[in-house]
Amino acid sequence: MAKTATGAKALQPGMAGFAGDWSSDQRAFKNVHWGKAMMWIFLLSDTFIFSCFLLSYMTVRWSTTVPWPNPSEVFGLSVGGVEVPLLLIAIMTFILISSSGTMAMAVNYGYRKNRKVTTYLILLTALFGASFVGMQAFEWSKLIHEGVRPWSNPFGAPQFGSAFFMITGFHGFHVSIGVIFLLIVARKVWRGDYDRGDRGYFTTMKGGYEHVETMGLYWHFVDLVWVFIFAFFYLW
Amino acid sequence: MSDITQDDVGYVAPAENAEQDLYHPKSWITKYVFCQDAKVIAIQYASTAIAIGLVALVLSWLMRLQLGFPDSFSFIEPADYYQFITAHGMIMVVYLLTALFLGGFGNYMIPLMVGARDMAFPYVNMVSYWVYLTAVLVLIASFFVPGGPTGAGWTLYPPQAILSGTPGSDGGIILMLVSLALFIVGFTMGGLNYVVTVLQSRTRGMTLMRMPLTIWGIFTATVLALLAFPALFVGAIMMLLDRILGTSFFMPSIVELGEHLSYSGGSPILFQHLFWFFGHPEVYIVALPAFGIVSDLIAVHSRRHIFGYRMMVWAIVIIGALSFVVWAHHMYVSGMNPYFGFFFATTTLIIAIPTALKVYNWTLTLWKGNIRLNTPMLFAIGFIVTFLNGGITGLFLGNVAIDVPLSDTMFVVAHFHMVMGVAPMLVVFGAIYHWYPLITGKMYSEALGKFHFWVTFLGAYLIYFPMHYLGFVGVPRRYFELGDTQIFTESVGQLNAFISIMTFIVGFAQIVFFYNMFRSYIVGKKSEMNPWGAASLEWMTPEMPPGHGNWGKSLPLVYRWAYDYGVPGARDDFIPQNMAPKDVPMEKKARKSTRKRKS
Repeated sequence: MAKTATGAKALQPGMAGFAGDWSSDQRAFKNVHWGKAMMWIFLLSDTFIFSCFLLSYMTVRWSTTVPWPNPSEVFGLSVGGVEVPLLLIAIMTFILISSSGTMAMAVNYGYRKNRKVTTYLILLTALFGASFVGMQAFEWSKLIHEGVRPWSNPFGAPQFGSAFFMITGFHGFHVSIGVIFLLIVARKVWRGDYDRGDRGYFTTMKGGYEHVETMGLYWHFVDLVWVFIFAFFYLW
Repeated sequence: MSDITQDDVGYVAPAENAEQDLYHPKSWITKYVFCQDAKVIAIQYASTAIAIGLVALVLSWLMRLQLGFPDSFSFIEPADYYQFITAHGMIMVVYLLTALFLGGFGNYMIPLMVGARDMAFPYVNMVSYWVYLTAVLVLIASFFVPGGPTGAGWTLYPPQAILSGTPGSDGGIILMLVSLALFIVGFTMGGLNYVVTVLQSRTRGMTLMRMPLTIWGIFTATVLALLAFPALFVGAIMMLLDRILGTSFFMPSIVELGEHLSYSGGSPILFQHLFWFFGHPEVYIVALPAFGIVSDLIAVHSRRHIFGYRMMVWAIVIIGALSFVVWAHHMYVSGMNPYFGFFFATTTLIIAIPTALKVYNWTLTLWKGNIRLNTPMLFAIGFIVTFLNGGITGLFLGNVAIDVPLSDTMFVVAHFHMVMGVAPMLVVFGAIYHWYPLITGKMYSEALGKFHFWVTFLGAYLIYFPMHYLGFVGVPRRYFELGDTQIFTESVGQLNAFISIMTFIVGFAQIVFFYNMFRSYIVGKKSEMNPWGAASLEWMTPEMPPGHGNWGKSLPLVYRWAYDYGVPGARDDFIPQNMAPKDVPMEKKARKSTRKRKS
């Protein structure tokens, strides 16, 4: 197998390359650093969590005897006297997907070691994420004002409120954690920790710009999960 | 794999991973308490798991007191009995066996056996243990809240788990669910470590197909756990919401004590699906590490390479994959669609094929082996027999038509205790004896070890064999007492009393084990390096017990698989994994016969 000067393996394409990587020693995923491998495996596990949440939501939607509320009406906003269905959700979705774009750009600039632009892009991503959570808080308070509770709601099946608060809450929790870590990563990029290989405060391990990519994986995942929640909860 | 490689050029690929950056402890606290060394974390995990396991052992005694001698012990109320059952089951399955195999043996063996200095993320690994300990403490706390621990049975089926008629429905069930959620969070941190370490930080020359089967078992089990625990996590969260906020995920419309509760429209069977989507892979999370470890014990102590290594690896992987599509065989009587039963019975019985393959291969490894009947080997052979027994009763229960009458009888209790209680525990004991010299540097007392084996092994059979019979005559499980039931003869009561006495004998015999471990640690004779003549990498450390960073100056290079025992032409009856072909001491005369054999 050909090797580059840095010891990183030149990857072979196709099934032969796949078989070669997995039957080799040391690493099954060549040129993938440990943190990135860990994030992928964690996300696989997290996928099962969100899948279980969504499947459970579908099951109770089917098992409940009371009609399911119409999400288009419940999640509508009245703008200047006109009822616009799903307006807030549409904005939230747009913002979250945009944040994935800025995150991808941040990863790119990170690998180019452009500290300044990377920091700005990560901060912009965090800002998008925070405004998503903010709008979700607005949506929650609006629904709570209208009498929606986890155990009952004026629109129909009580499971509507239960599933809504549980699933969007769990997703919002993921976004919030993501925003916190984005801010931490942004600070590290800004200070130049990744250029110098400074040690982390807790882990005492050296970090590099791969951390931005690992962070990006998590962020894209949270975004992707939202697409499924949007499709199965709001549009269905 | 069994090719004789002496004449091959010992090529080892250049290093891809940078030398691992380790945290070097500076104080006693960071060395022994908040420690990032996987070996110390392993011992912390194992000690905590065994300690809580002893609580579960005492709980099982209390249950057996009631079952064996009803009406004799007034301090055991029906509610207590259900609390004992629940806590015993939950502790044994989750907090003891899962934590011991993956957190204990996984942490100790993975870095050593794949030739790494430590786990990939030592800090996360440390946090994993402390979250696990918190989960155990929360579980213990549930014994001291008003109403006591939950008595819902270890499966925690709603609606009864959170209704007021069930013991511990005040605080007990809440703490149980919180504890489970914490356990899963902690385990996920550890599990990510185990998987990444195996996949990404093996030493030079250590290919996946040169790993000892112990690592294959632990690795596959960890993958299963990472994908199965999410279902339990979600189930626990939803049940917490049902219990605390009054949502109705699992709760149908219910009348309790003449009062219509506010629940409506939930699906109790949804919880069963979530629980068993976790619960069945859980069986293999416990069994696969046991399979792996026992393969290594048998190979080492019969001085023979494991028969059919590749098949053994693929059997582990296939069993792991199949374990995700059999869960509803626990639910034949749950009222689910009967057509599901056909599907799940079929997939369940298919698992018998790779499992039987493993049992045959263990037997064929023993065949014509140079068997040393020392304590680890006795436990390993005990495991094969016990697992075979438990597996055969599994064929009964896997079939819908036979399962329906046997469901909820003592037969089920006997089956799963045989297959996932006794069998894995025998492997745990065997593994502890086998690796005791490595971990402590001392040798245990062989006589006490053998005594421990025979009492435990024969005792376990005397406990669980009669229980099958009780199940056949229809004795139900989870009953506080049988009372004046006419259909049961007097012999049922006598058998129950006999079983209870045996549990006390076997339980107390474990004192011999602990005495042996502690005494040998203090006054035992120092063990030589690699006392068993094992070929796998964990015995090749420069010091024994291995020091911080495991390998001294440089990482080992691996040239062969872990099972080069009795290689023709070689002088010794084993060749260590890290011995270069040119360094292997040969018998001069036999030189010709060492030519490469066609596989």
